[in-house]
Amino acid sequence: MKVLVPVKRVVDYNVKVRVKSDGTGVDIANVKMSMNPFDEIAIEEAVRLKDKGAVTEVIAVSCGVLQCQETLRTAMAIGADRAILVETAEELQPLAVAKLLKALVDKEQPQLVILGKQAIDDDCNQTGQMLAALLGWPQATFASKVEVADGKAVVTREVDGGLETLALTLPAIITTDLRLNEPRYVTLPNIMKAKKKPLENVKPADLGVDVAPRIKTLKVSEPPKRSAGIKVADVAALVDKLKNEAKVI
Amino acid sequence: MTSLVIAEHDNASIRPATLNTVTAAAQCGGDVHVLVAGLNAAAAAQAASQIAGVSKVIHVDGEPFAHGLAENMAAQVIAIASSYSHILFPATASGKNIAPRVAALLDVGQISDITKVDAADTFERPIYAGNAIAIVQSLDATKVITVRTTGFDPAAATGGSASVDVLAGVADSGKSAFIGSEIAKSDRPELTAAKIIVSGGRALGSAEQFTSVLTPLADKLGAALGASRAAVDAGYAPNDWQVGQTGKIVAPQLYVAIGISGAIQHLAGMKDSKVIVAINKDAEAPIFGVADYGLEADLFEAVPELVAAL
Repeated sequence: MKVLVPVKRVVDYNVKVRVKSDGTGVDIANVKMSMNPFDEIAIEEAVRLKDKGAVTEVIAVSCGVLQCQETLRTAMAIGADRAILVETAEELQPLAVAKLLKALVDKEQPQLVILGKQAIDDDCNQTGQMLAALLGWPQATFASKVEVADGKAVVTREVDGGLETLALTLPAIITTDLRLNEPRYVTLPNIMKAKKKPLENVKPADLGVDVAPRIKTLKVSEPPKRSAGIKVADVAALVDKLKNEAKVI
Repeated sequence: MTSLVIAEHDNASIRPATLNTVTAAAQCGGDVHVLVAGLNAAAAAQAASQIAGVSKVIHVDGEPFAHGLAENMAAQVIAIASSYSHILFPATASGKNIAPRVAALLDVGQISDITKVDAADTFERPIYAGNAIAIVQSLDATKVITVRTTGFDPAAATGGSASVDVLAGVADSGKSAFIGSEIAKSDRPELTAAKIIVSGGRALGSAEQFTSVLTPLADKLGAALGASRAAVDAGYAPNDWQVGQTGKIVAPQLYVAIGISGAIQHLAGMKDSKVIVAINKDAEAPIFGVADYGLEADLFEAVPELVAAL
């Protein structure tokens, strides 16, 4: 059984982004780029399923600019067997990515697609659910535990107030939450090995997908700054401020 | 132009997030309808009909909707979607799960986590964990939206008198099944709806101390308990208490951050709180940069003293 794992190249989570002065977006020139952290968890989970024998092949996919190859090499260093880059310089929104992924699923016929629950740049949290809808597959989002056996995936999900467990009939879509696993540290020998693994390059037109944006960004601005307040000397002063100045207790 | 709000409910009553979503729907212009899909959910449908500003409630009842499975919920929304210009979900775990499925089936883009309605097709939403705000315009005929509840005041839960239409529901997809859930029972207010939140960080040191130090304060204030991601990762608090970019987005009247340093991802989840109090012994902690009232002190001394003084 094959597993497909889409990965996104995003601004590293440690970088504090700056809004461009012309309001057209955030400045990502000369900024460190990394694999979206939730996608790293997705790759790790797929590789663990392979280690357990539930899966035979892990295919990493990325959609975007040529540099996404680096992200795919990282995915292969974690343990993906091969990779596919859907190369385009166009802006890709979640619906377009879901359509590209559907075309690849039709071609590769995986039984499972594991995605990160959201990308930390646009914070959309859409692609996995959209792909599930386009394929007519069941979904389990925000997974904290995954078991695959007998044509089913049993998935524990993080929901408001606690946890929920679903059984999905394969083929299915899973999106990862933070507590699903801790991705392994990528070792140098595995980085070297990843360089030799196959990486295929296709274009959206090869897949017959129209990636035109459906949402236009008119302006990007800094959020309103919250100014620092005051320091109080002791607990008594704090209680006094909360009661008499802020009037919140 | 009519908007459809997908209600979040427990079959007996409507969850507060629905009320904020109704407000956002009303700002899109036109009538507001509410879909209540559940099992034996007549009481919830009745409650939805009382919400101020709602003109019609569509009540769909049956086993396929007992656990809010995304496959069935999305199919049901699609079954009635053609009457609507806007389809809005609260940006909760449930809304985030279902909305993109609906958008893809309609072949439209989705606008996630809106915090403001600028026009019927133009919305504001935070990106990069709230470090930037994007103004976006939907180019599609139908707008599928999730609503960040902290961006909108709740609609009044009473005062409305909408009609309730009962519709036959779609069949079960047969592809997913609910096995079980572990939902923590608590007498405390729900985190995203609480007026006061007491939140703890890694400085609490252990799960035992997290509970023994923070519970008396939360009890005294009638507050919900929250936690930083660091505290959750360390196992001091359950994940559904997590406040931040990867957890819950909250905006209470009072947020008390105890032993929380103030990582960017935590601030993204609470910086819209009306009043922020920080108690931390590290004078340089970034949390003091957003706190209205900062107390530089050892939390193990200051918090019991605060409990005694209240």
